[in-house]
Amino acid sequence: MVGDILVNTLINTGVYAMLAVGFSLMFGVARLINLAHTAFYMLAGYSIFFFITRMGLPWLPSVLLSILIVVVVAVVSYKALIDPMRERETTVLILTIALALVLQEVMLILFGGYFRSVPSALSGYSTILGVRVTNQYLLTLGVVAVTLVAVWLLLMRTKLGLAIRATAQDREIANVMGMCDSRTATVTVAIAAALAGVAGAVVAPLYILEPRIWLPPLTIVLAIAVLGGLGSLKGSLLGAVIIALSESLVVFLVPQGSFFKGAFSLGVMILVLLIRPEGLYGVAFEEER
Amino acid sequence: MMVRYHLLRLWREFKGEILVLPGRSILFFGAVTLFLLPLASSHPYLLRVVSLACIFAIFAASWDLLSGFVGQLNLGHALFFGVAAYTSGLLNLHLGWPPLVTIPLGAVAAVLTGLAVGIPCLRLKGPYLSLATLAFPVILMGLILMFTEFTGGELGVPGLDRLAPTRLHEYYVVATCAVVFILLIWKVTDSKLGIIFHAIREDEVAARASGINTPMYKILAFCLSGLFAGLAGGLYAHFMRIAGPSTLSMLTSFQVIIWTIFGGIATVHGAVVGVFILFPAVEVLRVAPEFRMLGYAVLIILVLRFMPEGVAPWVTDRLERECPRCKEHNAFTRRDCRVCGTPLRVPLARGVPVRGEGVGAGGRGGAVAG
Repeated sequence: MVGDILVNTLINTGVYAMLAVGFSLMFGVARLINLAHTAFYMLAGYSIFFFITRMGLPWLPSVLLSILIVVVVAVVSYKALIDPMRERETTVLILTIALALVLQEVMLILFGGYFRSVPSALSGYSTILGVRVTNQYLLTLGVVAVTLVAVWLLLMRTKLGLAIRATAQDREIANVMGMCDSRTATVTVAIAAALAGVAGAVVAPLYILEPRIWLPPLTIVLAIAVLGGLGSLKGSLLGAVIIALSESLVVFLVPQGSFFKGAFSLGVMILVLLIRPEGLYGVAFEEER
Repeated sequence: MMVRYHLLRLWREFKGEILVLPGRSILFFGAVTLFLLPLASSHPYLLRVVSLACIFAIFAASWDLLSGFVGQLNLGHALFFGVAAYTSGLLNLHLGWPPLVTIPLGAVAAVLTGLAVGIPCLRLKGPYLSLATLAFPVILMGLILMFTEFTGGELGVPGLDRLAPTRLHEYYVVATCAVVFILLIWKVTDSKLGIIFHAIREDEVAARASGINTPMYKILAFCLSGLFAGLAGGLYAHFMRIAGPSTLSMLTSFQVIIWTIFGGIATVHGAVVGVFILFPAVEVLRVAPEFRMLGYAVLIILVLRFMPEGVAPWVTDRLERECPRCKEHNAFTRRDCRVCGTPLRVPLARGVPVRGEGVGAGGRGGAVAG
């Protein structure tokens, strides 16, 4: 039982963290509440399904191709739709909803509303802490860990990362200091979309693929990003741990808990917000006028 | 004599307040058409679509009141709608009370929900507020799916009383409610309260510094918005004769945002226009079922790409011109202001006419600061 909870928490933490870090970065740098973020994750799942089962490509090239597709779609839609509207935040909000709907419907038309499953990259299972874990889960964990470390290094050790963090802290000053904020924003959107793509690609074999799978994780990702503080990387990671743990606890300990897991994690989010209105690591927002 | 005098005065008021402005005339004649529609065709499907549009128009206008005017961007507005729908439904089903009682009680429940959500959310700002409000309907939905024996779970609460004995009666009940409630919402936004709401949205710190009790007004906005959303929810439950979990779903919350922003945020009439364009549009798109939602989403993206303020402000911008001196609106046909007589089209040196500043311009879209 304890082992189940731990393993489940670990895997969900990884996936949620990747989605939430991307979402949070996008908010921090581009000031964009991107409700289509998990739709990118769905898109990645479907493209990997397409490349593996329809085109017969091996696992690694299909993953890379689907990440590429997601990044291209995200950057093009950001440049064409969102960026010209960035002054009107409510319009941007529903543009992202409409974008998510478009992606959902295109997938529905292309692949139909059937439940699809993507073949695992690895078969077999190993036993950890007395829990049977399939090797696909271990692969997922590995990929997630490597990706998150890579993002961390990118943000903390490179000039680009410095620009991204600076823009997230204060867009105007960053601009004054010679960082082109629109370019930084575009790069951030690309990174965030790539993270969603990786998440979709590694998670696709674990879950069932369906055009509407973007809605349930959306609330979770929002909860994590808000819980940890929008725009904060550390916060997103911690938030992912908290939410994934509370989800696993509810699912394993409460009868019929899986109905209630989304509601429970959102309840946790609201509790945290009541105590700390700007999230765990959120910066109190500078007045932007 | 007295009757004639009052009629004459009414006519003059009507001419001076409504007919002079094309935007207002369109809205007025739209409302008249709403009441005359059954004379032209009483096809049940048409009546049903228009009735639902009326209900959703109240709902969208209530969102506009809270999110457009006060700037408290609420991503979970379905909460009020769903709470009222379930309250009316359960009261009607278990106690057998008529819709005339259950709908107001549902609205009261929604107001209480507004209090319950509004007070803890006072500390939250901007996106934190939006995303926290998004959580509440999901939590309630989780509760509903857990306590299935009381709430009916996925199936909802079916078999409620009709609003009125026939479709036509129902249509008139809903249409009258829509016109009355929307006028009430508009009246609220047009009063001193509306100015305070605007002030809170534009600059909360400055509003506080001017001695406005902003927390109280924010809670008031939550309650008022909840009241009207609740009335819409109760009407919906009795019109559809079922209160199901779909009333609480995230897509319902998103729909109302889409309608309002599509029509024009912070205008009240924009929300109504948005519903009356988009809701029937979805029905028309039924001709190609598999492309229906895609067409809907693409329509929204295209329209907003070219009319970023929404449809209603875009149209009024074309049809009306603001007087540069007294800020009164004038029909585009006029050469001088109807109030102060200032010439509206001053030719520039190169003969390019100057257009007045648009109605929708200036801070409307930027309702929420990041």
